[in-house]
Amino acid sequence: MAGLELLSDQGYRLDGRKPSELRKVQARMGIFTRADGSAYIEQGNTKALAVVYGPHEVRGSRSKTLHDRAVINCQYSMATFSTAERKRRPHGDRKSSEMSLHLKQTFEAAILTQLYPRSQIDIYVKILQSDGGNYSACVNAATLAVIDAGIPIRDYVCACSAGFVEDTPLVDLCHAEETGSGTAVALALLPRGGQIALLQMDARLHQDHLDPVMEAAMTACRSLGQVLDGVVRQHLQEVSILTGE
Amino acid sequence: MLKSKTFLKKTRSGRVLKVVREHYLRDDIWCGSELCVECRQESPPPPVLQRDACRESSLCASRHYIIPDTNVVLHQIDILEDPLINNVIILQTVLQEVRHRSAPIYKRIKDVIHNASKHFYTFTNEHHRETFIEREQGESANDRNDRAIRTAARWYSEHLKKAPDGEELQVILLTDDKGNREKAEGCGVIAYKCEEYIKSLIGSPELMDRLALCTDDANEITSSKILFPEHLPLSRIQAGIKSGTFLQGVFRASRDNYLEATVFVQGDGDDGTEILIQGLQNLNRAVHQDLVAVELLPRNLWVTPSSVVLVDEGPKGDEDGDGDEEEQKMLKCDASESMLKPTGKIVGIIKRNWRPFCGMLSRSEIKEATRHLFTPADRRIPRIRIETRQASALMGQRIMVAIDGWPKSSRYPNGHFVRSLGSAGDKETETEVLLLEHDVPHQPFSQAVLSFLPKMPWAIAEEKHDHFLRHICIELVDPPGCTDIDDALHCRDLGNGNLEVGVHIADVSHFIRPGNTLDQEAASRGTTVYLCEKRIDMVPELLSSNLCSLRCNVDRLAFSCIWEMNHNAEIISTRFTKSVINSKASLTYAEAQLRIDDTNMNDDVTRSLRGLNALAKILKKRRIDKGALTLSSPEVRFHMDSETHDPIDLQAKELKETNSLVEEFMLLANISVAQKIYDEFSECALLRKHPAPPPSNYDILSKAAKAKGLVIRTDSAKALADSLDMAQVEGFSYFNTLLRILGTRCMMQAVYFCSGMDSDFHHYGLASPIYTHFTSPIRRYADIIVHRLLAVAIGADCTYSDLMDKHKQAALCNNLNYRHKMAQYAQRASVAFHTQLFFKSRGIQNEDGYILFVRKNAIIVLIPKFGLEGTVFFENKEKRGPRLLFDEEIPGVSMSPPEMEPEAKRVKLI
Repeated sequence: MAGLELLSDQGYRLDGRKPSELRKVQARMGIFTRADGSAYIEQGNTKALAVVYGPHEVRGSRSKTLHDRAVINCQYSMATFSTAERKRRPHGDRKSSEMSLHLKQTFEAAILTQLYPRSQIDIYVKILQSDGGNYSACVNAATLAVIDAGIPIRDYVCACSAGFVEDTPLVDLCHAEETGSGTAVALALLPRGGQIALLQMDARLHQDHLDPVMEAAMTACRSLGQVLDGVVRQHLQEVSILTGE
Repeated sequence: MLKSKTFLKKTRSGRVLKVVREHYLRDDIWCGSELCVECRQESPPPPVLQRDACRESSLCASRHYIIPDTNVVLHQIDILEDPLINNVIILQTVLQEVRHRSAPIYKRIKDVIHNASKHFYTFTNEHHRETFIEREQGESANDRNDRAIRTAARWYSEHLKKAPDGEELQVILLTDDKGNREKAEGCGVIAYKCEEYIKSLIGSPELMDRLALCTDDANEITSSKILFPEHLPLSRIQAGIKSGTFLQGVFRASRDNYLEATVFVQGDGDDGTEILIQGLQNLNRAVHQDLVAVELLPRNLWVTPSSVVLVDEGPKGDEDGDGDEEEQKMLKCDASESMLKPTGKIVGIIKRNWRPFCGMLSRSEIKEATRHLFTPADRRIPRIRIETRQASALMGQRIMVAIDGWPKSSRYPNGHFVRSLGSAGDKETETEVLLLEHDVPHQPFSQAVLSFLPKMPWAIAEEKHDHFLRHICIELVDPPGCTDIDDALHCRDLGNGNLEVGVHIADVSHFIRPGNTLDQEAASRGTTVYLCEKRIDMVPELLSSNLCSLRCNVDRLAFSCIWEMNHNAEIISTRFTKSVINSKASLTYAEAQLRIDDTNMNDDVTRSLRGLNALAKILKKRRIDKGALTLSSPEVRFHMDSETHDPIDLQAKELKETNSLVEEFMLLANISVAQKIYDEFSECALLRKHPAPPPSNYDILSKAAKAKGLVIRTDSAKALADSLDMAQVEGFSYFNTLLRILGTRCMMQAVYFCSGMDSDFHHYGLASPIYTHFTSPIRRYADIIVHRLLAVAIGADCTYSDLMDKHKQAALCNNLNYRHKMAQYAQRASVAFHTQLFFKSRGIQNEDGYILFVRKNAIIVLIPKFGLEGTVFFENKEKRGPRLLFDEEIPGVSMSPPEMEPEAKRVKLI
């Protein structure tokens, strides 16, 4: 029999979710003390770690220095054990460099870089376990890490993937859905203003379907925003209790 | 609640992967019953399972819901489809297993679920917190699923007890598995065998006949004698196919000989090989269209296809007659080495492709017997043994029967009665039979479909259309009285020495918008089917005979293809546009011919006709010079009695010059459009191709020509066309037509395809590098797609996603090709049936006939006057015929053939 039935007639997905439901999100901030900011996030079986250093002086070649704003340096990598088959090259392949570039673009749009001229902010993200939606997990983890580092940011950057199966948009795709559905859209949103920081789509999707898919992805990003907000508040509460303020 | 599923999987390259999937268990899945107050959701859909789920049963007096297990759904789908059975809960586990095991049954059960009046509810038990179970250590997948079904059944009965007045509502598990049943009863679920339950239903004994026989029953029926070798298990077949010892292919039974079949093995690319299977043992219970595994026999056992015509006469004397062996002997014939074909035997069935078959019941000779043989209408299907109590009522009726299984000890497969279609010989019934046999969707259009029709009275919204081509059109109608007119032509002098020629096609795509129910219905029907007395429309009548029919003197929307041509029929420019036309005259081919020939007439219409005629002649000559084939097939037309619709006369179709006039311009339009849409959409244009036949296909043609000392060259279409023209026999003018009839049978089927999925576009028969169908959108769905593509190309309409998706297009093409093939077969069957009706009232007649093929014990005769083809056996059961010498090389029999006039008819009527 051909393939997996990604969406049943009763409207349930492979893993029992409905089309507009997200996977379970769990996150923690401030997990490394040595770094300026750090966060860990789990979106279902996708697990990502983000670490932020800076803002600090520009390292390496001085020529990169920008006089009106900070340079954002992103590095994305996947752990060798993150996929079902061992990865041969954990970072530096074409896909990783592309992902690093996308992350950089996303955060250049969100961080108030003009506050830190002639300096640099490093964001390192690592996928520990991959089950679809790697980009979104990275963005969400990095947002928390940036907030943890105390770097001023316009808004939470929330990212979510969405696909289109049987005339229904699905959000937060798992690996099976990502490979099976054909088209996947990754969207990073600043929920309060509704600005889109990044929108990426690799496969073809008919124009008529783009709007519903984007709408679904944006709704999902907004709810993710609320979850992240909850995580930050919780973290602040814990920290303030510890410091006795 | 979150669970994670972990399982191991082997990749294609042989590595073992550990796959981890999340599984969310929900507590908001609704049980679907009208009674339940507990699991109401916000904005609930209307409940599916009724409060009064009442079927009178002696087993279970109170109201009850039924939960069938997987095997019951797979085997007893006919019962579940019966309107008497309602309020059934189909578990997700069951549905998934069915999906995995049989695609056709999955489709049928889904149709049942969608039918609101059946009250079938799909319960998503695998995602439900309380009914999900994990596979235990050492438990097989099947056992786990059985347990899941039991768990869900138990949950349902407990859940419904909690509902107010749910006390007496019972949930019944239907299972044929003894172990499963015992375990179910052990945990407090009421379980019955399917047969037991159906028997207990009061007031519907006819359901019993539709019950499929299960395997343990089958053993009782037949003797313990083992007739067939065992089928290999799937695992060994797969291993065998991988190692190359077995081949996988589609089983095609022979129409003429029940002991012979071929298996078509798809090779790399387009080519495939055919493996011959001969003899009952080697055929090993395969049924036409099954996917089978074949093992090739050693070369010394290879045989030639026999040229005997054998009809399975059924049991003679005892059940499994000895007659078979005698007939098997007849197959043997010594032939030269070169004629041997690869021969094999069936070792296993990979996938059955059984559907319900139409046919007649042949009653058992014992009066009280309940087991009877059923003879399918399709000769390629074996006879089926069924069990029924209403044999006397079913005699003389056309019935439908489904196969349940074919045990190795049984000469015939076992099946069960599905439904009766009406009495045999009755015109309605026979039409129904041939529609069903050829899978032609012929139900009246549903309300949902009709709701997308434009509201009457309908008028063209003037401002939207800028091209008015009124007052310049002629149209041609064939036959007189035809109501779905989809084309019109015009021709006028431009004054600059050139002519403007236009082909106007009804703009059906204006009315059928992509994606709506009307569109889906048309896409699934694919084509209008013309039977002798009836037309099965692709689109509702309002469109086909009114709004889209280019009738004269009314404004109609059209899609026009307009060329500027010089008098040598060379195209100077082409343009496509949507337009409004108003046809001035509606002529039959005969009337048009009269006008052209009548020198006194000189009005616009006639002049325009003459212009078209002159151009058409040039076009036709050019086409034939390029190597287009003119083949022939015996076509007949019936004159129907206007009251009773019985055929009262029949004559061969005549072709007039004007027929080819219309044809030429239609071809030209199709080619121009094909080029345009391919230029615009190289990936997703819907085109039509006609592949060149492999040289071996021409064998029968060259053999036949050789018999008269002629040579047919088949190396190219052009050579074939020329040598066919040359092939004349003095004093036997029909010989050329006969050759052309044979030529038609050598051809491949022309097919639709999507340009992004194929690289060979050539149309062999028309000798055109590219071709499509544009000119009959009322009766072919392919044309609607082509219209849409063209409309997008000229900016007259907007695109939609499925139009640009080449995989969806390819799937659509497959369906269209299938429907077209089936429509053709249905048409032929309808002609054959009406011929029989015609002869029924006529009695014995003497006509001249020609021998088409010679077989070892029969000849196949064509009577051109009636376009009738029939088999004439040389010898009957009673009297032996004269001894014949049979030569394989040049089919011919050295004796004077018996007079064959009355035989032809009798043979056909068997």
